[in-house]
Amino acid sequence: MTTTTEAPATEANESSDHAHEHPSDLLYVKVALFLAVLTALEVSTYFLNDASTTVLVLILFPMMIIKFVTVIMYFMHLKYDNPLFKRVFIFGLGLATVVFLITLTAFDFWSSEYLRFLR
Amino acid sequence: MTDAAVHVPVVADHGHATSTGISNAKLAMWVYLGSDCLLFGSLISTYLLLRHRGVQGPTPTEVFDIPFTSVSSFVLLMSSLTMALAVASIVRGDVHRNRIWLGTTAMLGAVFIGGQVYEFTTFYREGLGYTTSIFGSAFYTLTGFHGIHVSIGIVMLMSLLVMSLRGNLGPERAETVEIIGLYWHFVDIVWIVIFTIVYLIP
Repeated sequence: MTTTTEAPATEANESSDHAHEHPSDLLYVKVALFLAVLTALEVSTYFLNDASTTVLVLILFPMMIIKFVTVIMYFMHLKYDNPLFKRVFIFGLGLATVVFLITLTAFDFWSSEYLRFLR
Repeated sequence: MTDAAVHVPVVADHGHATSTGISNAKLAMWVYLGSDCLLFGSLISTYLLLRHRGVQGPTPTEVFDIPFTSVSSFVLLMSSLTMALAVASIVRGDVHRNRIWLGTTAMLGAVFIGGQVYEFTTFYREGLGYTTSIFGSAFYTLTGFHGIHVSIGIVMLMSLLVMSLRGNLGPERAETVEIIGLYWHFVDIVWIVIFTIVYLIP
């Protein structure tokens, strides 16, 4: 493992204090409770028998994204850590999202398969 | 929530400088996690494209047991909390609590994998084999790959626990625990996406 001892005064080094900051245990518990409540809300949509796929997507996707970002920011320390880690991960995540949205479009997902089930 | 953060000095493992001023090992893990997004992105896209194609075998709504999978999801989510507490405890130098949280995380991961094995067995008995339908192939491939990731995570957590019991995992190796923690949280966020897209949206 390599960590900083004599790094040059770069942007990364200036923010090295962030890399050494860790949330308190109490904050971790609060974050976990928040995630548990969101999960319970997600699961409750299972009992909405009459809800269309469109409604479920509109309800569930924002909750999924909030949970995803919360885990990354707090449990994975991206909120406190060096910005370079955030950029590296967002690049991979963004690339995957763009590539596979294009793939789904190329395979006519939105116009036939998906929209058929929205109706 | 920022005011709840505490400033904890990080102890270098080997203490040599890097050109970026940050840990190479940690950066490598983030690069790996970024690339793993592409793997799971491809598997999720494939599942979305194929799940309603083909007419043979049970359909997703016929086989999925949402209450059961919800409990499994909750268990994996809570394992992220115990992993975060494991990292926090080793950074503070609390080796005893670190062992407890590492063991708890591995146990919760094992419960999740046990649930997945039970789920796969049930689906198979209900007529959904790997080659029964294109939905079955896409579903087992996606969730199976995730299960393999969780299993590798459990092995790494158990290795850390053994290192700790042998006295080789003190505060000076906090970064090792943090890097394995990053991997563990990643399998959790992947499941957050799979649970919503595969199970909750019919």
